[in-house]
Amino acid sequence: MKLALGPLLYYWPHQSVLDFYADLAEAPLDSVYLGETVCSRRHELRLDDWLEVGKVLAAAGKEVVISSQALIESESDLKTLRRIVRQHDFRVEANDMGAVRLLVEAGVDNWIAGPTLNIFNPTTLQLMIDSGATRWAVAPEMSGAALAEVRAALARPIETEVFAYGRLPLAHSARCFTARHFNLQKDTCEFRCLSIMDGITLRTREGAPFLTLNGVQTQSARVHNLLGDLPAVRASAEVLRISPQGAHTRQIVELFRAALDEQRGPADALAASREWMVEEPCNGFWHGRAGVEQYVAA
Amino acid sequence: MVINASVAGLVYGCGVFFLWKPRSMSVSSPIELVCPAGSLPALKTAIDHGADCVYLGFKDATNARNFSGLNFDPAQVREGVAYAHARKRKVLLALNTYPQTDNWSSWTQAIDRAADYGVDAVILADPGLMAYAAKTHPQLRLHLSVQGSATSYEAINWYRERFGIQRAVLPRVLSMAQVESVVANTQVEIEVFGFGGLCVMVEGRCALSAYATGESPNCNGACSPGKHVRWEDTPRGMETRLNGILIDRFSEGERAGYPTLCKGRFEVNDETYYALEEPTSLNTLELLPELARIGIRAIKIEGRQRSPAYVAQVTKVWRAALDKLNSGGGAGFSVLPAWMAELNKVSEGQSHTLGAYYRPWK
Repeated sequence: MKLALGPLLYYWPHQSVLDFYADLAEAPLDSVYLGETVCSRRHELRLDDWLEVGKVLAAAGKEVVISSQALIESESDLKTLRRIVRQHDFRVEANDMGAVRLLVEAGVDNWIAGPTLNIFNPTTLQLMIDSGATRWAVAPEMSGAALAEVRAALARPIETEVFAYGRLPLAHSARCFTARHFNLQKDTCEFRCLSIMDGITLRTREGAPFLTLNGVQTQSARVHNLLGDLPAVRASAEVLRISPQGAHTRQIVELFRAALDEQRGPADALAASREWMVEEPCNGFWHGRAGVEQYVAA
Repeated sequence: MVINASVAGLVYGCGVFFLWKPRSMSVSSPIELVCPAGSLPALKTAIDHGADCVYLGFKDATNARNFSGLNFDPAQVREGVAYAHARKRKVLLALNTYPQTDNWSSWTQAIDRAADYGVDAVILADPGLMAYAAKTHPQLRLHLSVQGSATSYEAINWYRERFGIQRAVLPRVLSMAQVESVVANTQVEIEVFGFGGLCVMVEGRCALSAYATGESPNCNGACSPGKHVRWEDTPRGMETRLNGILIDRFSEGERAGYPTLCKGRFEVNDETYYALEEPTSLNTLELLPELARIGIRAIKIEGRQRSPAYVAQVTKVWRAALDKLNSGGGAGFSVLPAWMAELNKVSEGQSHTLGAYYRPWK
């Protein structure tokens, strides 16, 4: 089973990003997704910089994937998207149907169908496969049972990737909630999300952590964590995605590797991960329940 | 040669046959007013007050307003289609949720029924369903739902090339210049939201409700569903909860709103405020001349969950505004204060916003 590092969803300083990937180059990862998927205003690393990082990681033996932006708004967003599709060094993760169209037009036949494509049934997945997708990164809100049904209905299997660790990317908006928090507008946001390593926690009026503000993206406050569910997850996926967090991402990756290699049991691995998590765990989506729940089968 | 009545646009009314050429087929045609019908009375109200099209859904999870007491059974769809066609108006059927493996046939059967009932178009989000519709009912007109999250012409043109969609409804995220660029770069007719409850997130890309309740607009056709809502009168004030999660608390004298989870008050860095969005409605009435100029083909009014009285009020105002716009060719159009007053009465939170059309909103 492969381990993949998802795209960096936060906005970190240039050097922090380079240091992060230099460290993760040594980690037991098979694939690394790179690129800005959240906000086109973020420019500490531009596409060329990401491609440079990709070369370093590829030299370290990782499969590198360039992820496209989830919400495409402007002609300039499309320009970046076309450049991503035109580069041939790395595979591409398509995160909207515009990316799919451009990949098909360019004759690319080994792209990754990203988690924001809304693939929920075998007919739609087959359309993506017929269009050149060779890996399916499943939407986090899809349950393990629903995922198994889709796979069972396919004529030929497709490599499947499940979001296994990290604050859940739940929504995208035209509005920047970080700028709003600082009483700023997006156009003049002063890049206030820079250096907020894990986003800003939003709490209910009772003080319970509920969501995370990450610019135009809203995430869960809790950390989706499938370490305790690995035996079931293994039956339905070939790749596990770990989403970067501000600190200890490498420890999390190593913990997943140890659990996959059966050096640690699922419950033990989950317990050990608590030390490295920014918030309480949840796994409800995998079990077909509210995502916020931490569900333990009776 | 067999002519399917719903294809050729032959509508039987007032005892004579006449040829109905949809107004949207020519470039210079006026903007269509697309109004919500959560029930047969709402459908008739919308048509009586000047809607060009009504959109509706079946009584199940195949549409994004799957609320109890709402929507249409087969007999009601037939009656609604007959009522609309007799008055030369159109019926659009929303089948805009994402089917899964185990319930796939419910959605395809819904498409079959829609074709059978003679609706003028189906509004779909799922590419697999579009492929089914295009293959099985090639004469059935396809609209891309806002739930399809297509925000660029590249995305919209993909649906056009693959499935022949004829219209796309844009998510409420683009600025006017961005909408204009989409219109300029696609043959697909573009429909935008004009009025009603405002999704602050990209439609089809929001799992907030799924996270809090396990039910999502994408898969269950519901956001912040009523069965998870609790209203509690407490010493601290009226509290509204969604699956136990506190969404807002209202002090005495404050009007307690429905706990749509993106419109609650939360704490961020010790500050309590509407962290995502206030309870407010989108209202783009003042942008009508600009929307017409850039080539928008239809304006959608949100609110299938609202009453026929809401539908009447909103449809009446928008009809008047569109008629005024059309009569003057866009020149000299101004928004009457009375229109805004009428619309504000039925707005969520009694306030309105231009949403993403207004840059500072972002």
